[in-house]
Amino acid sequence: MDGVRYTGVPSAEELRNCPGIPSEGRKKKGRVACVECVQEIPCNPCEGICPFHAITVGEQITALPRLHEEVCTGCGLCVANCPGLAITIVDKSLSETEGSVDFPFEYLPLPQRGDVVEAVNREGQVVCRGTVLSVKKPASYSGTAVVSLRVPLEYVDEVRSMKRLPRTGLKQEG
Amino acid sequence: MRVVEHPILEELDTTRQVTIYCDGKAIPALEGEPIAAALMNAGIRSFRTTPKRKEKRGIFCAIGRCTDCMMIVDGVPNTRTCVTPVRDGMHVKTQEGLGSFEGKEEKA
Amino acid sequence: MKIKQTDIAVVGAGSAGLSAAYQAAAAGARVLVLDENRLPGGQLFKQIHKFFGSRAHQAGTRGYMIGRQLLERVERSGAEVWLDTLVYGMEKNCHLGVIHNGEHWVVQAKKVIVATGAKENYLAFPGSTLPGVMGAGAAQTMINVNRVLPGQRILMLGSGNVGLIVSYQLMQAGADVVALVDAAPNIGGYGVHAGKIRRAGVPFYISHTIKRVTGRDQVEQVEIVQVDGKFQPIPGTEKTFDVDTVCLAVGLNPMTELIWMAGCEFCFIPAFGGHVPLHDGNMETSVPGLYVAGDVTGVEEASSAMEEGNLAGVAAAESLGLLSPAEAGAKKAEIRGRLDILRSGLFGEKRRTAKQSQLESMADYRQKKGGAE
Repeated sequence: MDGVRYTGVPSAEELRNCPGIPSEGRKKKGRVACVECVQEIPCNPCEGICPFHAITVGEQITALPRLHEEVCTGCGLCVANCPGLAITIVDKSLSETEGSVDFPFEYLPLPQRGDVVEAVNREGQVVCRGTVLSVKKPASYSGTAVVSLRVPLEYVDEVRSMKRLPRTGLKQEG
Repeated sequence: MRVVEHPILEELDTTRQVTIYCDGKAIPALEGEPIAAALMNAGIRSFRTTPKRKEKRGIFCAIGRCTDCMMIVDGVPNTRTCVTPVRDGMHVKTQEGLGSFEGKEEKA
Repeated sequence: MKIKQTDIAVVGAGSAGLSAAYQAAAAGARVLVLDENRLPGGQLFKQIHKFFGSRAHQAGTRGYMIGRQLLERVERSGAEVWLDTLVYGMEKNCHLGVIHNGEHWVVQAKKVIVATGAKENYLAFPGSTLPGVMGAGAAQTMINVNRVLPGQRILMLGSGNVGLIVSYQLMQAGADVVALVDAAPNIGGYGVHAGKIRRAGVPFYISHTIKRVTGRDQVEQVEIVQVDGKFQPIPGTEKTFDVDTVCLAVGLNPMTELIWMAGCEFCFIPAFGGHVPLHDGNMETSVPGLYVAGDVTGVEEASSAMEEGNLAGVAAAESLGLLSPAEAGAKKAEIRGRLDILRSGLFGEKRRTAKQSQLESMADYRQKKGGAE
């Protein structure tokens, strides 16, 4: 069966009906938030963190967040503040052939700027390689890093994270 | 395996080490941690055996409720190792069955 | 035997107990908090993910940070906290039998708030007692509090929020989760939590359960099998994984021993994890002066536990005359509003209905009792 309740991945239809997804035209103009929140759960930090009021949830906090793409600047504050890690910043304006995806990343080790990493889709499958444009982890993100990845244009709507790198920072006793 | 670096939590302070002994073997431990954590870190997973079938038991709940992790600690049987902190030089022993106070057991 | 007198005794220093203690102490009550553990906070300090809810619930803040703030507030409020303290008994007059620093005490409080939380359910299958099969909460305690990996290759049974969140946190700590299995035909927890571990490549097997776990002295392999609509295994659908750890996230049940002892009336609500005490809108049980808060009243989550604690703390202080009905009424209305929000939406609705029936059972009980007198 299809859909987030069965697979943990929003179906094409769920994404189509989701009020947080920007239009194709907006993505081509530059960085914009893509809020893939498709279940009515009580949660609204995205609304509060956005300095431009580009995401609204409203009084009923179980409502799905709505993106106002014309006022979204793609600043990315929402990416690090969504407890569900359901927001990315997508950009289809980099060049004729390339775009970028910024996604939250809470694993170790972090990639470095310039690294080429394996980009994964919503199912965790490697779909292409991506070049790390930036890694941000200021204290205000409270432990969440935001990785920006340059990927081929056709994968901007697919890539939602990267494959974890081999773990460091563990210590074997004795 | 010790989780020293963590993506969210502060780096673990591993400077305050103590040593405990499990069935005679020296085990490094961090001051104040539960015995069960030090044993798990050392790769020890079996903590006691059951009275009738002699089956092995290890950590199940880790919050002092289930009694699967009971061992003989400094001679005292049925000690819940998941909620009992380590002390430098402490001796812990795999508990066979219902366990007994160590002095008595060693004579037997 | 020593005697300790106080206005309000709170049993349990977790999310609910600390919230109750803060509210009562802030209203001017002498408060004594008792907890069996060496450190306060209950399960709150194991929660390293960002909480949901509204900004009023500190949504977006990680659980352990909320725990630290709560603890600081309790410390400043003047409430006394006895740790490493076992409450082994309770009488109908709310006197508590306590072992503190190796000595027996009787704590005589005017009001008692019991916030003892919940414990993990167990599930039996061949091999379920092998070392390496453990509660998901136990694994969470090991990685986030003790900072020890319980294993390297882990299979998680249960796709509720606990199973999903702990799977994610096990990977954050450095383990691999080889599969997430649930007998139900759908994922139990939030889609966004499931999405995190799908992106990390963890396969989900819904309508599957564990057939057996095998290993010589500890977990070495786990075999899962698909189940039909009646949860019966379908032969020929078995799959085997090499693992060293199997985590069970198959629900929790309220730790109600003390309040049974005190003579509370109970009702049975499966959605809340089993037998739960009847209580009214002030969190007061059928035993006058005995309040309950948090998972002991029915298993929910940390934000609801904190709000129920707030409610019990305010109500208990009001009953001692430390808050005027107007002051207390305003505070309680605000807290109840926040609780309503937490019990709304796709996942909250079931808990809202369950809480409603629990409150109604209490009203029925009082009416019957009133009629009998």
